[in-house]
Amino acid sequence: MEHFTLLLAIVVVTALVFDFTNGFHDTANAMATTISTGAMKPKAAVAMSAVLNLVGAFLSVEVAKTISGGIINENGIETSVIFAALVGAILWNLLTWLLGLPSSSSHALFGGLIGAAVMSAGFSAVNGGTIVTKVLIPAVAAPLVAGIAAMLATRLTYRIGGTTRNRSTSKGYRAGQIASAGLVSLAHGTNDAQKTMGVITLALVTGGVLAPGANPPMWVIVSAGVAIALGTYLGGWRIIRTMGKGLTDLQPQQGFTAQTSAATVILASSNLGFSLSTTQSCSGAVMGAGLGRKGGVVRWSTATRMFVAWGLTLPAAGVVAAVAELLTKQGTWGVVATAALLIAGSGAIWLASRREPVDHTHVTGEQTPAGGTTGTGPAAEPEPAGVITAAIAAVSPPPAGPTSAVDGHAPELAAAGSSSHTPAPAATV
Amino acid sequence: MKIDWAALGTVFGVSLAATIALVGLFTLGIAGLSRHEAAGARGGSATLARTGAFACFGLCAAAVSYGIYLIVV
Repeated sequence: MEHFTLLLAIVVVTALVFDFTNGFHDTANAMATTISTGAMKPKAAVAMSAVLNLVGAFLSVEVAKTISGGIINENGIETSVIFAALVGAILWNLLTWLLGLPSSSSHALFGGLIGAAVMSAGFSAVNGGTIVTKVLIPAVAAPLVAGIAAMLATRLTYRIGGTTRNRSTSKGYRAGQIASAGLVSLAHGTNDAQKTMGVITLALVTGGVLAPGANPPMWVIVSAGVAIALGTYLGGWRIIRTMGKGLTDLQPQQGFTAQTSAATVILASSNLGFSLSTTQSCSGAVMGAGLGRKGGVVRWSTATRMFVAWGLTLPAAGVVAAVAELLTKQGTWGVVATAALLIAGSGAIWLASRREPVDHTHVTGEQTPAGGTTGTGPAAEPEPAGVITAAIAAVSPPPAGPTSAVDGHAPELAAAGSSSHTPAPAATV
Repeated sequence: MKIDWAALGTVFGVSLAATIALVGLFTLGIAGLSRHEAAGARGGSATLARTGAFACFGLCAAAVSYGIYLIVV
């Protein structure tokens, strides 16, 4: 460990932070429908997902040898490039979480790597064709495949089972949802915790601590697993609300078909050689299940915001990472400045999120936050307008669920700054 | 640039078939159980419905086990 430089230590910590954001960003994939249909209590659901993520991190024997799947040339990559990529990915993950939009954490990481690599070594470091085959085509295919499967399955389940509900049906769909949500969590742990292990291992190899081609050391596996599990347990309630309530209204039958089709798409795609994003499969499945029921609706305005976020993921994370790489190239002060900017940016996003906290007490959008519970401060506390609030104004947050339209006044808040604040009519808090 | 349309098509086909089969089986199982419950409420019994239901759930459990196998191996 004598080669452990400051930069390397920062990269390892940053990678674990990314893993953590990945965890709470992606809790929604496994648990949003389970929570919104009432199959599990919110806290129990995220706890189960966290445990399965942790287990998943230890399960797989296949080591993530390549973190970008050939999108960038990883030979001779510098440690600072990895750091810059992580900075871009983390900030994008946090911003989409603030807006409650599900977006792919892997794509954020890819975007960061692309931006940092281009800034570091020019466009030749990036394989354009691989971007199309590994990112763009899957981004279109994943929601379509999962959505069509979920829609047809939903139609089928209503045709066979009818719409009647009694004790055994509700118990049955509950069990089914929990089982398929568990599968998604487990698959997420193996895939995404592996990715972080791959990033840390790559950084250790480039830093000269590990020999090239070495397996991740035990402390890397443990810390990556713990980081993703902690993130999952924290619960990305904003995204859970969008996925479980914002995109469509789900009955237990639909929750079950959405979750099942997401699980099969994820497993089929990762085993048949055409990897599809977990987040995009799950979002597609939820929309498909929404369309499959007679009289079901998809809130296309929310869906459109989500699609825009998907489209922006790669370039936005890339631009931030490129700027970060430009800074880190300046030497040690640049690295420290980048780290400080990352902390400041994350802090600003977190502060902005406090203005309208979403937590487990009202994630299903049916009750407003109860007074004394954790983290439910006064919802409409104006913040001085800054970069983040401006960004919120640019992409206004999705209305999620019937009574949770409090999001709607965020743009006005941002535009009005701290002085004049006219509450939107939909604000219920 | 080579797009592996065959792999994408396979993923689509397998996902569609597996989802519909699983959801169909599970719903049949639930329908069987609720028929059994309804019969019980009337004082009768519907053994066939109940047996069929458990067979369906068994197949679903097998599918979940296969899913775990796919994740682990």
